[in-house]
Amino acid sequence: MSTFLGMPAGRVPGPAADTAVGQLTGNRSFPAAARDALGDTRLRRNLAHATATIRAKRASVVGEVPDWEALRDAGSAIKADTMARLPELLEELERNVTARGGTVHWARDAAEANGIVLDLVRATGADEVVKVKSMATQEIGLNEALEEAGITAHETDLAELIVQLGHDKPSHILVPAIHRGRAEIREIFAREMPDVDLATLTDEPSVLAAAARTHLRELFLRARVAVSGANFGIAETGTLTVVESEGNGRMCLTLPETLITVMGIEKVVPAWRDLEVFLQLLPRSSTGERMNPYTSMWTGVTPGDGPQDFHLVLLDNGRTRALADDLGRTALHCIRCSACLNVCPVYERTGGHAYGSVYPGPIGAVLTPFLTGVTGGHDPNDSLPYASSLCGACYDVCPVKINIPDLLVQLRAEHTEAHAAAHRLPSAEAAAMAAAAWVMSDPARFARAGRAAGTARHGIRRGRPLLPLPPPLNGWTASRDAPSPPAETFRDWWARTRGGRS
Amino acid sequence: MSARDEVLARIRGALGDNPADAPPVVRAYREAGEHPPGSAAVVDQLVERLEDYRATVVRTRGADESVGIAIAAALDAVGATSSIAAPGVPDGWTSATPVCIRDVGTITPRELDRVDAVVTGSVVAISETGTIALDGSPRCGRRMITLVPDVHLCVVSVADVVQSVPEGLARLDPTAPLTFVSGPSATSDIELSRVEGVHGPRHLVVVIAG
Repeated sequence: MSTFLGMPAGRVPGPAADTAVGQLTGNRSFPAAARDALGDTRLRRNLAHATATIRAKRASVVGEVPDWEALRDAGSAIKADTMARLPELLEELERNVTARGGTVHWARDAAEANGIVLDLVRATGADEVVKVKSMATQEIGLNEALEEAGITAHETDLAELIVQLGHDKPSHILVPAIHRGRAEIREIFAREMPDVDLATLTDEPSVLAAAARTHLRELFLRARVAVSGANFGIAETGTLTVVESEGNGRMCLTLPETLITVMGIEKVVPAWRDLEVFLQLLPRSSTGERMNPYTSMWTGVTPGDGPQDFHLVLLDNGRTRALADDLGRTALHCIRCSACLNVCPVYERTGGHAYGSVYPGPIGAVLTPFLTGVTGGHDPNDSLPYASSLCGACYDVCPVKINIPDLLVQLRAEHTEAHAAAHRLPSAEAAAMAAAAWVMSDPARFARAGRAAGTARHGIRRGRPLLPLPPPLNGWTASRDAPSPPAETFRDWWARTRGGRS
Repeated sequence: MSARDEVLARIRGALGDNPADAPPVVRAYREAGEHPPGSAAVVDQLVERLEDYRATVVRTRGADESVGIAIAAALDAVGATSSIAAPGVPDGWTSATPVCIRDVGTITPRELDRVDAVVTGSVVAISETGTIALDGSPRCGRRMITLVPDVHLCVVSVADVVQSVPEGLARLDPTAPLTFVSGPSATSDIELSRVEGVHGPRHLVVVIAG
């Protein structure tokens, strides 16, 4: 069983998410993947442009809300209250959805959730589904599972469509195709949309959006089954909520006969009134709009209006593992706005693919390891807590005040302990720290070491950074400058000058 | 053990014997704006925010006949030659628009795709966010009719305009099929620049009555 630094006695964490199913783990560590991403100048230009645009928009619309901090406090408190009462709230949600004609299913993990959705789609006889953008269904790899069973899943969100048509992977929570510029998007559409008019298809965003409208319209009109996620599920009323911009969500939630919604268990909120907080926090943090163009809410089935067959799939998949830990629990507060990605200096340079998980950026660097566990070995997710400079910008913008830097530090400590437990030999870092401790524990040794470094300076490179250090220390200087040791140590300077007073 | 029982047992195990007492939720944010519902200040703000989203806003007196004249002119201005109205809109709203049919709940999505415009009322509008709420009532219509046509002409009564999101939500029944509309269909998916007009109505015309 896993141990947590932040886990009080008496709590039993649920099992970790199975990384073999779905998309919670990449095939390389973050530093290895990031090195490639940093070499892609087009990617860096696209990301710098997009994140700078969204940062400015967010700052502008957040700045006009006088009670923003009070809303953040309330959002954080509602989520903490939700986690503490999670079993009761989920049972209440289930009761209310069922009372209004919906069916609730529970899934322990990704494979079980995929199986439930697959059975439901098969029962309708349909061989295709339309999809609303959903992180939960990406997490569990639903499209791939449906594909294997001969059912085509059509992504309808514009960015998801760009990713799907480009045979690509999402790289951002809100805008999965953020790594693509307009010219690349035009190329993808020209290649993959069979009925597109190449003569009029330019790389103007409005023209590209119109091409997506034409491409998907027929699909919306004929679709019999839709699959969605949910931003919020209200326990008190059984109401599900999807916020979106384009209207593809409304199409999927309104026109088909059958609607299947996959929702993580942490997305429940206690009361209708709580949406007055989240519907102010989410759009401004997310797209930098005062309100997103469309928000849909439905409660079970409404006769004569919308899908008459509604299924809600409640998903664990590692969430009960995170829940047992005081800090891991706060990672479950995330409302998937992606503000932390847009302000992160690491994300802005590497993009989302380097993280391997469908949850990239600062929140991904904590949420993913909490869901899948930290092994202390060579699992790519073990490297995620280090994908940060701990600058704290993510905490400042988080609409529900998740202290991401604190979570990162705790996960690093957990990783160090797991590594020590898994390996007989100490890591290079631990050996270096032990050596440093031996030197620093004795004043005479410390003084001698300082002078030795000063002497070494003359022997190596006068006045220039020691770059790179020889192995095994080159791991450190691969991404940092090692400063040149001074000619005179502080202790020697002090002994000579008494702080400048003599 | 069923998946349901097991997931619930896992959650209870993760919370422990003594679930942490979450601190009470303090709601120190603004419950209401400084301007009363229907005041000139909130209506002006609504107009400004809707126009910022590139919606077209028309103001008219509250009488049904005045609204009807404004609707006919607005539909003409966008070049709509066919339209459908929610079943519960007043007769006066469509009397100046003879080609407007009433939704009786039988039109299919494919037939609706050939209709240029839809005319509905609304339940409440929130000025700070430029948001109009539809609740599936006879005056607002089924969700499908406000989605498939390319022009949505929506009438907002001045008395239904509130300033803040909390005031707006308090006026709604959460179990009704709700749609919040803030401007025409839009996307920010290409380089995070907002462009209007994707799958939903590309033109939102708001007639503010009263």
